Amino acid sequence: MNSIPMWRRYARFFGADPVADVKDELRFHLDAKTDDLISQGWDPKEARREAERQFGDVKAVQKIGTQMGRHMEQRKRLSEYGRDVRQDLHYTFRTLFRDPAFAVVSILILTLAIGANIAVFSVVNTLLLRPLPFPNSQELVWIAPPPNSCGLSCATYSADAYEEFRDQSRVYEGVTGYEAFTTPDNLRLTGRGEPQPATSIEVVGNFFQVLGVRPIMGRLFTPEESRGPHPVALLTDAYWRRQFHSDREIVGKAVELSGVPVTVVGVLPPSFDFGAVFSPGAKTDLFVPLDLDQERNYGNIVTLIARLKPGVTVAQALDDANRVAPDIYFNTKYPETLGRYKGNLIPVTLKDYVTGKLRRSLIALWAAVGAILLIAGVNLSNLLLARAAARAKEFAVRGALGASRGRIVRQLLMESLLLSAIGGLLGLGLAFTVIRWLAHQGSVALPLLSSLRIDSQAVGWTILVAVFTAMVFGLLPGLRIASGNLNDVLKDSGAGAGLGRKHERLRSVLVISEVALACMLLVSAGLLMRSFLKVLDVDLGFQPDRAASINVEYDDSAPNRDASVAKRTAIFRQVIERVSSLPGVEAAGIADYLPLGPNREWDTPVPQGKTFAPGELPDPLVYVITPGFIRAMGIHLHGRDFTWADGPNSEKVVLINASAARAYWPGEDAVGKILTRDKEEDHVVGVVDDVREESVEATTAAQIYYPAMQQGPNSAQLVVRSQVPPVTLGASILRVLRELNPNQPASEFRPIRAIVDRSVSPRRFFMFLVAAFAGLGLLLAALGIYGVISYSVTQKTQEIGVRMALGASAGRVQRDVTVSTLRLAAAGIAAGTVASLASVRLLASLLFSTSPWDGATYLAVLVLLLMVALLAGYLPARRASNIQPMVALRNQ
Amino acid sequence: MDTTRLEFLRGTLDVLVLKALVWGPLHGYAVTSLIRQHSDDALLVEEGTLYPALWRLEGKGLLESEWGLSENNRKAKFYRLTPEGRRQLRNEVKAWEAYAAAVAKVLGATQPPRAEEIA
Repeated sequence: MNSIPMWRRYARFFGADPVADVKDELRFHLDAKTDDLISQGWDPKEARREAERQFGDVKAVQKIGTQMGRHMEQRKRLSEYGRDVRQDLHYTFRTLFRDPAFAVVSILILTLAIGANIAVFSVVNTLLLRPLPFPNSQELVWIAPPPNSCGLSCATYSADAYEEFRDQSRVYEGVTGYEAFTTPDNLRLTGRGEPQPATSIEVVGNFFQVLGVRPIMGRLFTPEESRGPHPVALLTDAYWRRQFHSDREIVGKAVELSGVPVTVVGVLPPSFDFGAVFSPGAKTDLFVPLDLDQERNYGNIVTLIARLKPGVTVAQALDDANRVAPDIYFNTKYPETLGRYKGNLIPVTLKDYVTGKLRRSLIALWAAVGAILLIAGVNLSNLLLARAAARAKEFAVRGALGASRGRIVRQLLMESLLLSAIGGLLGLGLAFTVIRWLAHQGSVALPLLSSLRIDSQAVGWTILVAVFTAMVFGLLPGLRIASGNLNDVLKDSGAGAGLGRKHERLRSVLVISEVALACMLLVSAGLLMRSFLKVLDVDLGFQPDRAASINVEYDDSAPNRDASVAKRTAIFRQVIERVSSLPGVEAAGIADYLPLGPNREWDTPVPQGKTFAPGELPDPLVYVITPGFIRAMGIHLHGRDFTWADGPNSEKVVLINASAARAYWPGEDAVGKILTRDKEEDHVVGVVDDVREESVEATTAAQIYYPAMQQGPNSAQLVVRSQVPPVTLGASILRVLRELNPNQPASEFRPIRAIVDRSVSPRRFFMFLVAAFAGLGLLLAALGIYGVISYSVTQKTQEIGVRMALGASAGRVQRDVTVSTLRLAAAGIAAGTVASLASVRLLASLLFSTSPWDGATYLAVLVLLLMVALLAGYLPARRASNIQPMVALRNQ
Repeated sequence: MDTTRLEFLRGTLDVLVLKALVWGPLHGYAVTSLIRQHSDDALLVEEGTLYPALWRLEGKGLLESEWGLSENNRKAKFYRLTPEGRRQLRNEVKAWEAYAAAVAKVLGATQPPRAEEIA
């Protein structure tokens, strides 16, 4: 083989060409063969033909060759790339190990940011994106009237209305419901040692069939079981495990619930969590069939849930509901109740009902966590830039030695990818911990929280987020470096000249955007925090502190109503008197419903002697209470409280709240006036403050209180006001209750404050998260400021040295550095404030009596950011002022 | 030309090509010539199958190629054995010899085996 002439080296200058290669190779073969034949004495023309004949099908071989060549070319390129990547990776590890501080800081930043993103993504995914945990859950609808102010009674339907609606609607596979007025621990499990409180929900017979829940053991209820009394029960998985020690033979066994034997017919799957979907944070132990026949005269008690036929839209369902509404009776026995549900049967998807209210909060949260990622990314970018500037020489030398720009950019990308990958992995771990913790926060009244988990979607999101961060924020410094002029860097012997300045400008811009983002986060967090404080400040109408409540079990069964009332009154009176005599107890009283819980309304009382247009009078929420309750709750009262003398045979008395008084007798004192209901006359003996009935944030409508001595309560919640902490008092109260009634279950003595806390828990939850993110953003921004200022001080060491040698004082130098810090911060704050003002309207619906342009919040954020910026700039400023001019100059 | 054409057993061409390159780089045409000469014209490599074999061996990493100039200054592609190819050749030669010896033994047998040895 002879050596190749110079020009041949450029034959494949534009890359390999398999087609030409194969052609050339085969042509050479034929040429050589022809030559041989000629030398053997063949005629030149004949020789060529003979050569081709001997070879066979040249075209086919050529085709095979081309294909194989292409294939090999690809493989070669891939393996070369792989080798380069391995090299880069190796090199990256080495450089990161050489600078562990940088590696640790950036990985920490990325871990926090990516972890927060995954955690929030999981929450958003569970609450908003993922379907409800039922088969074909998109077909499920919740049917309720438009939002209004009369509480649960206006969101539910009577037994007759349920049946009429079920039978007349044409768009549903099935219509079902559950009894909405259940209080926690409404039953007690007896006959197995000490009575244990249990919470049961009454459901229409086809409830689980409509939802698509299958039992893990036994059977479900049948539709017939909601007609007439059927002593059967379904256990939740958790209750079955806890209370019955996962007894595999439980189906068919009888258990005693509040003294009545009930047969367990099945156990529900662990995936079914009634509370998580329908009443966030509440635990449910078992289900019993709702007896529609028994409930017929009780008014609105059933919530409506239905499954649409396949292909039917919610809009079609609404049309259908509007069609049947005029034909639905409230009570079929009373024809005048026909058509009361007009406009009050509005189907929305169950998903919307469960999480619709949270959508905005969640989106805000997502945005906040996205901002965190941006800040973290900018920070990473900044750190990489600072490092890159310090490594400018290294890159220049590599460039001069033949490394292409692409290779250098790739090297930098590799660094940020590696950092992101590590950060992503650690972030996943962090998110996993956070999510595990969140899923067990029973005290946060958010739906579906218990089903939180890190799933494959969350992992996918992690990868997406990590790669995105690495690409965007690694590429920026990479391109920056690669665009530098090699010669300049190589010539430039001192630190700080040339490239340094350019970098500094870019880094300043990055820091300013970081500060701006942090500013936006802080403004949002500030506004939410202020709203939260306002919520805490709301006049609830009662004093939650120092009061606690317990569910009292009582038996007022008697042959007739009068005897029942007398029996109940005696029990209540005895309980209250005995509890009141306990040391430290200031007041005690009983009500059937507590504020911020379930509620109901009965009918529409009319103020005597006045006429109102139909619809003008409110349907007040009803509470049945004993003497002492008003004082125990700390509700402000004008007039007198009920007394035990307000018996069944004396004058009928009521208390009304201020809103009701205003509605009935505007501008007058309601005390002494009379309300009429049918033939009954109720004397208003007192007016109490409005008590927040449904949530701390919603306003209160009309409320009316009846004495338990004259009307039938649904349950008995004993409220005790005392100086003694509930933990200590609870035991003695339970002892008293047990003495009076051995069947009293060991119910929890719950501080009223806990009820309020629970009601504000979603707001607290979101505020806490946004505030945490804002704090994180602030920290990252401070780190960014520190980085840039510190770096510029290092770069300017000589300059500062010269200035100090020429007479500038240490104070002067320190001031200059501080001013440049403030300049950065001010620019960031200005940009952030403008951006906040422009975008904060999106947050407005999440705020509570706080303007999105709340001046105090903005001012506080401004001051906070400036302080933090000053702090971040202080250390480098100190360092600058400590520079020894002689040392700085000598080190040149 | 009066030549006995011997059919190549499967895989035989590969080992012959490797062997042909043992003494140094050759282009495809030289490989055919070399095999023919060494077998005293008994083995005629079909040229249409030689090239795919060369490329296949290159793809396996047993050969590598380079463009160069032939004896009469034509541009030609030269193939050379890689270390991997050398190893492969050694193994194949051993296997081939063992195979050939075994076949020869069977074909050269002069009397039937004893009955108890079959059973």
